[in-house]
Amino acid sequence: MEMEKQRIIIGPERFSLTIDRLCHQLVEEFDDFTNTCIIGIQPRGVALSERIYRHLIDQLNIPHIDYGKLDITFYRDDFRRPGASMHASVTEIDFLVEKKNVILVDDVLYTGRTVQAALTALNHYGRPDKVELLTLVDRRFNRELPIRSTFTGIKVDAVDQAYVKVEWANTHGEDRVVLFSDKKAAQ
Amino acid sequence: MANQQLSSKHLLGIKDLSTEDIRLIFHTATNFKEVINRPIKKVPSLRDITIANLFFEDSTRTRVSFELAEKRLSADTVNFSASSSSVKKGETLLDTVNNILSMKVDMVVMRHPAPGACQFLAQHIEANIINAGDGTHEHPTQALLDAYSMQEQLGDLEGKNVAIFGDILHSRVALSNIFCLQKLGAKVRVCGPPTLMPKFIHKLGVGVSYNVRETLQWCDVANVLRIQLERQNIKYFPTLREYSQYFGINRQLLDSLDKKIVIMHPGPINRGVEITSDVADSEHSIILQQVENGVAVRMAVLFLLAAKG
Repeated sequence: MEMEKQRIIIGPERFSLTIDRLCHQLVEEFDDFTNTCIIGIQPRGVALSERIYRHLIDQLNIPHIDYGKLDITFYRDDFRRPGASMHASVTEIDFLVEKKNVILVDDVLYTGRTVQAALTALNHYGRPDKVELLTLVDRRFNRELPIRSTFTGIKVDAVDQAYVKVEWANTHGEDRVVLFSDKKAAQ
Repeated sequence: MANQQLSSKHLLGIKDLSTEDIRLIFHTATNFKEVINRPIKKVPSLRDITIANLFFEDSTRTRVSFELAEKRLSADTVNFSASSSSVKKGETLLDTVNNILSMKVDMVVMRHPAPGACQFLAQHIEANIINAGDGTHEHPTQALLDAYSMQEQLGDLEGKNVAIFGDILHSRVALSNIFCLQKLGAKVRVCGPPTLMPKFIHKLGVGVSYNVRETLQWCDVANVLRIQLERQNIKYFPTLREYSQYFGINRQLLDSLDKKIVIMHPGPINRGVEITSDVADSEHSIILQQVENGVAVRMAVLFLLAAKG
């Protein structure tokens, strides 16, 4: 049987429920976010961190959260290897992470290498007390490093060549998570 | 956008770069500028790369700037200068470089008095080559950092007027600047004494003027070049005093203009010759910003070329 080309694993309604649930989990853990900051990993984690940040402020009435964006292009371990992206994005962290709780945010946790690079990069902004990871999708059987997500939207078990894409209402017309048979099908 | 790369594995001159290449270098340089303003100014990108800095001609600024850029990218570096090497014993350029490369060097940054020296090397060796100035030919990283600094002040350079003053004849900075600025859509005019003007310079599509005041009035940016006394074994003008009187830029001249222009100089400055101190240190001048941008731009060039492998 031929594998279907794409399948929606989270539709718009479930998507907003998931965001809401993740935010409530954060509030449960970090209360009013004193001494806690949210940092989105560029480029794709930022769309999610932006949504989480706004939801916490607007819907859950958190007065203030330190919020930043981290680019990891210069910290990647696949430099000079085929397929490596060399297009850097902006890093904006205008606070020190020294002795803070950091919530790193990325859309999809796959091999874990992006998170590893982000942890290295984060070190250059101080020594956090604790780093947690929040991801919308955890592809738990594809890890190449001992890294796990603390707050997870959905766990997806997919074959290696499959590709998971998070789409956003403001750029793709609808909030959803789609599983493609391979990366080409996602283009 | 995601997998954008430079079109060449060497940086021999601006002439070979496309406009997209220049914009990619600027985009990356902006990210590195953020890096070098952090408390920890270092990223691990080039940690497995070794770079040889081969300086067959004297340099302070360019050399320090390249070295800093390499160190901030975590590359390993070796330095070499002609004055303290076997070049003095008669070794050829190719032999010298091949010997250094057999010690497993990935990139070469070279300054050489002969125009085309980098081109020659590129035909014979595998490593990435960056031209840090070859005789009177090109000085691409200087032109990139000049244009980057201008863009920082004025926004997009499309349609902007840039004047280059001084010794155009001996200047590799002038030639690289002309190529770079034209690729970014700026209008370029050169201004200096007729004896220091290359014969067919207008063929490059630049305006030529011998009148400093008129050119200052025309331009948005004045890039003032150094009089290269070391390259002049005949007299191109009677005295330095006469040069500064007719072609030097001073405060009085600037104040007489009805607009504010940006003053640049690639250094080292002959104070009181091509530019007076009160201009070089004035609010018009972005000479020190140029130096800061130099490190970021060179980091971008090294990073993007290394990524090409």
